[in-house]
Amino acid sequence: MTRWLRAFGAFWYDFVIGDDWRGAAVVALALVMTAVLVHVASVNAWWLLPAAVIAALGWSLRRATAAKP
Amino acid sequence: MNSLALFLTVFLACAVEAVEALTIVLAAGLTREWRSTFQGMAAALVVLAAAVAVIGPALTLLPLTGMRLAVGGLLAVFGLQWLRKAILRASGYKDLHDEAAIYTRQVAAAQVATGGGQRGVRDWYAFTLAFKGVLLEGLEVVFIALTFGANQQNLGLAAAGAAVAVVVVAGVGVAVRAPLSRVPENTMKFAVGVMLTSFGVFWGAEGAGASWPGNDAALLAIVPATALVALGYTALLRRARATRRAGVPSVERSAA
Repeated sequence: MTRWLRAFGAFWYDFVIGDDWRGAAVVALALVMTAVLVHVASVNAWWLLPAAVIAALGWSLRRATAAKP
Repeated sequence: MNSLALFLTVFLACAVEAVEALTIVLAAGLTREWRSTFQGMAAALVVLAAAVAVIGPALTLLPLTGMRLAVGGLLAVFGLQWLRKAILRASGYKDLHDEAAIYTRQVAAAQVATGGGQRGVRDWYAFTLAFKGVLLEGLEVVFIALTFGANQQNLGLAAAGAAVAVVVVAGVGVAVRAPLSRVPENTMKFAVGVMLTSFGVFWGAEGAGASWPGNDAALLAIVPATALVALGYTALLRRARATRRAGVPSVERSAA
């Protein structure tokens, strides 16, 4: 059962998050910060998530290509 | 715009996955045995239909804001993954997805695999190959169709997009009886990555409480902007790769 659960979790991790968990972490952090800015500071932070996604994509690509010829 | 984008995104994503599933089904059917292959395919479709029947109605019961936050975030992460792979392929850092090569590998593996049946299936290898291929490719389609359909509150249109793509790909597959290696799969994956990321960003920010300037019309800016960013990264990586392969360090070039 434990092995099955582990395999199930690994499948979904690979399915949604894939090779680079940092992109998912940046998106999650950006969503939390957007919610905080909107609901606590009353700032309409629609720009935060797109900026974070562009940065996360660039960071991920840089990491993926750094060691390759 | 949203309905058309919904239909096209689900259609494209589904067509890409259907092409990949078709390659596996053809390898199993032509190399091993068709009956067991169709049984495997049918079993996978039953599992996928059950997933849709359970998750689909459940998604429509969730409050829209919460669903947009969760689904938007998931789609943005999922889309980033597609876009990352598409950019790496387009810039030459990752091998292009080649259906003909995948088909050859699958056929070679199927030819040396031992036969034998069990549980009413004549060829267990063909059954499991077709089952896994259709299930794994189908799950991505289900995920995209359900999240797009639920968020747009139009599951019917999403399902139609998926169904049309499957029918078209299956029809062409039956006609040519070969992997669809001429389908511009990598370009389609690039486009799907752009759409998934764009909608993920749009719904995620809305779910977090932000209001887009222009409301839904903001998508008319987000989709092309995402495409431009992705194309920009691709061009940068291509140039960096060409520089590296020419053996001239980029530091020396910029100093010059």
